Amino acid sequence: MGKFLVISEVRDGELRNVSFENIAAARQIDENGEVVAAVLGDGDLESLGQELIQYGADRAVVVQHENLKNYTSDGYVQAAMAVIEQEDPDGIVMGHTSEGKDLSPRIASKLDSGLISDVTQIEGSGDDVKFIRPIYSGKAFEKKVITNGKTFITIRPNNIAPPEKDESRSGDVQKVEVDVQNLRTVIQEVIRKASEGVDLSEANIIVAGGRGVKSAEGFDPLYELADALGGAVGASRGAADAGYCDYSLQIGQTGKVVTPDLYIAVGISGAIQHLAGMSNSKVIVAINKDPEANIFNVADYGIVGDLFEVVPALTEEIKALKG
Amino acid sequence: MNIYVLMKKTFDTEEKIQISDGKIETDGAEFIINPYDEYAIEEAIKVRDEHGGEVTVVTIGDEESESQLRTALAMGADKAVLINTEDDVEEGDQVTTTKILEAYFEDKEVDLILAGNVAIDEASGQVGPRLAAKLDIPYVTTITSLEIDGDTVKIDKDVEGDVEKVETSLPLLVTCQQGLNEPRYPSLPGIMKAKKKPLEELEIDDLDLDEDDVEASTETVEVFLPPEKEAGKVLEGETDEQVKELVSLLKTEAKVL
Repeated sequence: MGKFLVISEVRDGELRNVSFENIAAARQIDENGEVVAAVLGDGDLESLGQELIQYGADRAVVVQHENLKNYTSDGYVQAAMAVIEQEDPDGIVMGHTSEGKDLSPRIASKLDSGLISDVTQIEGSGDDVKFIRPIYSGKAFEKKVITNGKTFITIRPNNIAPPEKDESRSGDVQKVEVDVQNLRTVIQEVIRKASEGVDLSEANIIVAGGRGVKSAEGFDPLYELADALGGAVGASRGAADAGYCDYSLQIGQTGKVVTPDLYIAVGISGAIQHLAGMSNSKVIVAINKDPEANIFNVADYGIVGDLFEVVPALTEEIKALKG
Repeated sequence: MNIYVLMKKTFDTEEKIQISDGKIETDGAEFIINPYDEYAIEEAIKVRDEHGGEVTVVTIGDEESESQLRTALAMGADKAVLINTEDDVEEGDQVTTTKILEAYFEDKEVDLILAGNVAIDEASGQVGPRLAAKLDIPYVTTITSLEIDGDTVKIDKDVEGDVEKVETSLPLLVTCQQGLNEPRYPSLPGIMKAKKKPLEELEIDDLDLDEDDVEASTETVEVFLPPEKEAGKVLEGETDEQVKELVSLLKTEAKVL
């Protein structure tokens, strides 16, 4: 195998978790390989390069340019290709995030390489490495290998444990000069709508509401519970279709597929489309007034009762626990 | 305006997945238009109705794909193209699909290509951006709003819940996200008209490709189902007791708090 390029992701000046998970994935593919972490963006990237080294990268390469302030496919592909040409890696790992999903196919296309997207598990190593990814939104899984091109994968956030940070590690952070020009798409404005703090796809704990929540206001107790738990709020298609919440919160076969440590399904009946998006969560709690609801078939713990009583009581109990 | 839609048929979302002989069992399964591609078809029709032109829906598939193409025509698309790979492609991947589409588009004048942001089966989301790269046109993924004014295009792009206001120009490829529109159901007159609309059938040979040209770059070596989840514990007692027990179980047994 040999050299891996892990392309990191920066949001609001900080590295997203998946950047560290990328390093763990590369190490898993080849324990003895060289891991080069790339950071593309604007601002002070060198400290981020050092941070990636503390998380296990051997060295870092940064491309800083004012035209990389916001992610655009045109801008980032120029920066990424410059780094790839310089390093000529055997493998590339990126996060399967909004940015990674947008950029990775274009890089793969330029390299005429295969690409395995949305990997949740890596089996074996070296030349025998196989990549496991969900298909049909987690109703099934497939094991894939690359037969042509680089060992190029995107990994789903939250599935491959990041390496421990080691502040004693240091290494070389190199600046690569790229004149990023000719952006055919321009970001005029970014409107922040996502719930502050925890991102749904990276959340360890999710509190999700369904039709049983009955209204947009009905989501308020769910937000309070999510806040108490340090988690994010999600929803079923039923709730999104009924207009109780934004589609961006939707979890299911259409919508997001999530695998948090704890998933609390509130007033969700458990239609197969919804189960596809969350049934691989580590621990599932169902709160529903209908004891026959399908969600209880996949839940580890169930409470049959009125969510408007159970959820606030649960929030209080969690607050008491966390002091 | 020359508007193209990339469409894929997928399993109905209600279908359970079964495996036989190491492959996903497709016999007897219901197929539908990939839900995200329905947004693409709807948007294409709206753009045509506003700006004029023609909507062509392109799919790579087999004989059975005609059914989904007819549905797209019944919704209001003008023409359909089936690239039938049944006899030529055993195990394709995104490289295969892109190569075929690139060959198809080689001699086409394209203003706008729309696709779903992912297909709900393989869910790689690669084909749109890969094709745009090959055709050397800009692309914007996961769009929730599209406004065209001359050559200028204004787009809302969903970025994990945030909205980016993007400005770009034609020719362009976009992939569609939920919330973009409400796909229409085919009307009865629409269904009648669809039967007479042109549906062109091609094979890769017609695109000057042979099997070697469309060889996959990845291979699926195994398909498996996740372990069945056993139904868990339903807690008893008054709300207060249930909640206390739940928190205790999450802390000590499940160890997630």
